[in-house]
Amino acid sequence: MLEVKGVFKTFNPGTINEKRALNGINLTLNEGDFVTVIGGNGAGKSTLLNMVAGVYPVDCGTIKIDGIDVTRLAEYKRAKYLGRVFQDPMNGTAANMQIDENLALANRRGTFRSLKPGITKKERESYKELLKTLDLGLETRLTSKVGLLSGGQRQALTLLMATLKKPKLLLLDEHTAALDPKTAAKVLEITEDIVSKNNLTTIMITHNMTDAIKTGNRLIMMNNGRIVFDVSGEEKKNLTTADLLQKFKMSTGHELDNDRMFLSE
Amino acid sequence: MEILAFFEKILNALPGACSQGLIWGVMAIGLFITYRILDVADLTVDGSFATGGAVCVMFLLNGHNVWFSIFMAFIAGLVAGAVTGLLHTFMGIPAILAGILTQLGLYSVNLKIMGKANQAVNVNKTDLLVSLRWVRDFAINNPIIMVSVIIAVLIAILYWFFGTEMGCGIRATGANLNMSRAQGINTNFNKVIGIMLSNALVAVSGALLSQYQGFADVNMGRGAIVIGLAAVIIGEAIFGKIFKNFALRLLSVALGAVIYYIVVQTVISMGLDANLLKLLSACIVAIFLAVPHWKKQIAAKKVGKINSNPNGGAENA
Ligand SMILES: Nc1ncnc2c1ncn2[C@@H]1O[C@H](COP(=O)(O)OP(=O)(O)OP(=O)(O)O)[C@@H](O)[C@H]1O
Ligand SMILES: [Mg+2]
Repeated sequence: MLEVKGVFKTFNPGTINEKRALNGINLTLNEGDFVTVIGGNGAGKSTLLNMVAGVYPVDCGTIKIDGIDVTRLAEYKRAKYLGRVFQDPMNGTAANMQIDENLALANRRGTFRSLKPGITKKERESYKELLKTLDLGLETRLTSKVGLLSGGQRQALTLLMATLKKPKLLLLDEHTAALDPKTAAKVLEITEDIVSKNNLTTIMITHNMTDAIKTGNRLIMMNNGRIVFDVSGEEKKNLTTADLLQKFKMSTGHELDNDRMFLSE
Repeated sequence: MEILAFFEKILNALPGACSQGLIWGVMAIGLFITYRILDVADLTVDGSFATGGAVCVMFLLNGHNVWFSIFMAFIAGLVAGAVTGLLHTFMGIPAILAGILTQLGLYSVNLKIMGKANQAVNVNKTDLLVSLRWVRDFAINNPIIMVSVIIAVLIAILYWFFGTEMGCGIRATGANLNMSRAQGINTNFNKVIGIMLSNALVAVSGALLSQYQGFADVNMGRGAIVIGLAAVIIGEAIFGKIFKNFALRLLSVALGAVIYYIVVQTVISMGLDANLLKLLSACIVAIFLAVPHWKKQIAAKKVGKINSNPNGGAENA
């Protein structure tokens, strides 16, 4: 479903701020894979997702989604194949537009935006049903401005928007990190629900090792722009956080250092 | 007695102020599209306003129908907006600078269009849509009625447009670029379309003003952005609490321009040196722009005292 081959990325090359963020990434995802990604601060996790999404161009390498080479495709064109949820709840929705209008925008992802109505009555009804499944009471607030929602509600809404038109690949970049533990758990539950219902191929970055182990069927660990550890199946299920820390130390020679990770334990 | 004379003076000036205010209201609606919907400060308008006037007057002088002449001003505005839009998106120039560049270039273009610094149209020889001659007529050709009708039609069209898929895409582009791209919206294309539409309305406003005053002048757009902003800000400050609907918000902006002109006329009637007018407008707009910023700072201080957790408060937009 996703094929990343030999991708390198250096930010600000040739300046004192030069930073090699991705250092030869090879990653192949099969249809229906749910991969969790962990790694220290600045390991290149977000950069990897941003490369797949087309936020920045790659220095070299290729990215294919479902066999289609998207390496040189503009971000908004690639969006056709992708659903994305960001770490910052403010980022995934338009605050000064209504809940139903936000969903309607998402419902037209990958289509040409013509002079047809931006939202129809029939759509509104279906959104109401859809919002009910979140169980957050949003179905009665269809015409509320999204800016009035809490962070958790906004992330749940962004998840719906990302998956309203079934994406070939769902990209989640620490989408629960800005939420309090209870809300984070709820959003993660919604995530697993949506992913399994639609059988979505998913990459989820998380700073929570427990979540990384218990969610999905595969786990990768990144360090210094490289994938240093990749497990799936039974082996992944039987991992413990201690194993992970140990693996990290073995493959990199130092302790895993992520300022958010220890807070979450 | 003196007070009575003063009021009579204001009352006398009222129809003129309303007409001018409504004409500038068309401009303010155009500015609303960039400033509020796209969240871009577009300085092209100082140039495209005069372009609209120049194009309209020249077509009229060449014997064309008044509606056709206004339509050509509209097209000229679209082109001016396209230039700024492409400078900004295709060439990566910051929006403010892109607008200033186009505005500067348009000064020469406007001179070339007219062949000299100003051109007059004679209301007796040419069939005009609006003229200050008719401000006291009780008929459809009274500029107050005529421009009100034009504004009503414009608001209806814009209300429809910003409810379409394309219009919603433009609103999303102004609201959140990241989200828009993630939802497959071509943000650069939308910015160009929005800036074009805005300048087209600004040019129509210039076309109306040139007819109203009987001439177009290369300097007629100087400071237009400030008048437009004043209209947007006054309209929102006065009607913002009651007018939530999009069409009503557009209406409030047009009314803002009318109020602006009534205030200006009153101030002039009170004996203010007309040369100080632009300074006064600039000060008023500066203060109104500062108010939301100050409000936020005060609110932030309050929140900081109640709750020192930075993730505690949800930002309401
Ligand atoms: N737009 C950018 N410009 C310059 N440098 C960048 C940019 N984006 C990321 N970097 C740098 O690239 C490196 C990898 O960053 P990235 O955001 O991918 O890390 P991460 O694994 O997501 O870390 P975190 O856990 O802190 O989110 C970091 O050193 C970062 O400073
Ligand atoms: Mg990150």
